[in-house]
Amino acid sequence: MNEPMTPSMIAFSPALRILPEILMTLTGVLVMLVEAVLKPRTSRKPLGIVAILGTLAAIAASVYQLFLPAGTAFFGTVQSDAFSVFFHLVIGCIVLVTLLISLDYFEGHTSFVGEYYALILFGATGMMLMTCSVELLMVFISLEISSISTYILAGYRKRSATSPEASIKYFLLGSFATAFFLYGIALCFGATGSTNLYEIAKGVADGASPLLLTVAFGMMLIGLGFKVSLAPFHVWTPDVYEGAPAPVVGLMSTAPKAAAFAVLLRIAYGAFGTAIHIWMPLVWIMAVLSMTIGNLGALTQRNVKRMLAYSSIAHAGYLLVAFTALAPMGIAAASFYTAAYAAMNVGAFGIISYLSGYNEARTSLSDFAGIARRHPVAAAAFAVFLISLIGIPFTAGFFGKFYVFTAAINSGNAWLAVLGLLNSGVAAFYYLRLLAQMYMVPVEPPREADTAHARPAFILAMAILVLAVFALGIFPGRILDLARAGAATFSGPANAASQTVPVALLRR
Amino acid sequence: MSSLTGYLLVSALIFSIGLAGALTRRSAILVLIGIELMLNAANLNFIAFWRYGPNAQALTGVMFAIFSIGIAAAEAAVGLGIVLAVYRHSKTTELDRMNSMKG
Repeated sequence: MNEPMTPSMIAFSPALRILPEILMTLTGVLVMLVEAVLKPRTSRKPLGIVAILGTLAAIAASVYQLFLPAGTAFFGTVQSDAFSVFFHLVIGCIVLVTLLISLDYFEGHTSFVGEYYALILFGATGMMLMTCSVELLMVFISLEISSISTYILAGYRKRSATSPEASIKYFLLGSFATAFFLYGIALCFGATGSTNLYEIAKGVADGASPLLLTVAFGMMLIGLGFKVSLAPFHVWTPDVYEGAPAPVVGLMSTAPKAAAFAVLLRIAYGAFGTAIHIWMPLVWIMAVLSMTIGNLGALTQRNVKRMLAYSSIAHAGYLLVAFTALAPMGIAAASFYTAAYAAMNVGAFGIISYLSGYNEARTSLSDFAGIARRHPVAAAAFAVFLISLIGIPFTAGFFGKFYVFTAAINSGNAWLAVLGLLNSGVAAFYYLRLLAQMYMVPVEPPREADTAHARPAFILAMAILVLAVFALGIFPGRILDLARAGAATFSGPANAASQTVPVALLRR
Repeated sequence: MSSLTGYLLVSALIFSIGLAGALTRRSAILVLIGIELMLNAANLNFIAFWRYGPNAQALTGVMFAIFSIGIAAAEAAVGLGIVLAVYRHSKTTELDRMNSMKG
């Protein structure tokens, strides 16, 4: 936002605008340095602890940014505002919990652990940078920082057959998508003469070639649609989620998606805010396709990771419904949904990682039979996450869907909300089937030694997530306020009618 | 036909060739080459739009092209590393033989 310079804005260094990213990068470098001085074949836990402390510092830095006046830095390439802080906090918390889950994941594995933590931190730097970029060059670079890190992380279990295969599929389709995204940026640059989102917004408002803009937006949407696994660009998702290590899947199914959705919000509402007729039909179709294909695909899956992969496609579809609801309610609903989805999905994959172990030999539906008897606490936590994914009241998933569908109805997209609700009904079936498998099916002796036993770090991570699911489901006010403050930073056309209704409902 | 249109046509052609290559080739390395073609088509667009655009003093287009060349190199390095990791396991770089996961 090009605000006039006030004395309070000159007083601080522009580096404060990217303080969380700086801290994450330094921690990543520090982790690699510490790894170099650790003795071979000793526990790699100190690396994880360094990474966790660095992430906590980055989260604190993001909160600190709330007290800065919103504004740009570094020649107008990055902008810290309530919107970027919201997504910084979501990504920071996802990374924190993933690190806690990973702390004991590498028991007995001491090689290449430093790279794992460093890649998570560097990837998170890219994701955080995506959410505060207002210049497409910066968006592109940070998108690649985050993507390249996750390509490597997906193939992290080098010795398994599936993990490198997941990695190469993710890499090829991801860079394929990047090419579309880059071409879209090039066309956008040609149409408006700039790659700065605010300049683009001016160009769009001044009537740049509509044909060029439509193609440009379409190609950027294809690029980002691949990254967030929206149908019809979702084909990679099931294979990658099945093959990649479960803690990494928890991270990459939530954090990069939150970042990519933030970018999509900035492009759609910030830059193309006066050309909604260009992108509304595209977003509408992709929302319906994602919800339907995701949920129908999940129905037939026998592997729990694959099932959750299809469910994540469906959830990306629900999120896209919020896009059609126009600013600022749609933006707030979409932001809130990323936080809610993150809490429940990271938790679900954390439990899968715990129950199936490092080798992930037990991820089929039948392996979860009678888990409630053998691991009652883990099963209870898993049940909470699944109930939230269904969207039952008093959980994060319920309010996420509630805001999304209310926003859609208020902006005249009732049909989309109806389709979404029908889809939620279909979705309940496969989540409940897994729950029934866990609780109703009699205990079977495990096919191989079941060595899962919980460690303090893992218990702490799950406790944080279960609390988050309930906190977002019972007291969503605070988070929603922040999401709405973020939505208010957009200069897009305000849809006054739909602005406050759901929040007013909530306050009573 | 102005020179800008010419560049844009060439760029669109390169992009389509890359796209066709990425979609039809079975070897992971050839798919990667197709993707590189697509990225370079976008770079050509940047340069053309910058050179024939109204604001050629601002170096936006060139800067974008330079950064994206650097990033494409980093991506290719990681990609070839992943291809090697797969090759060690399955002794192949053919994509249609990488089908251990189904559903």
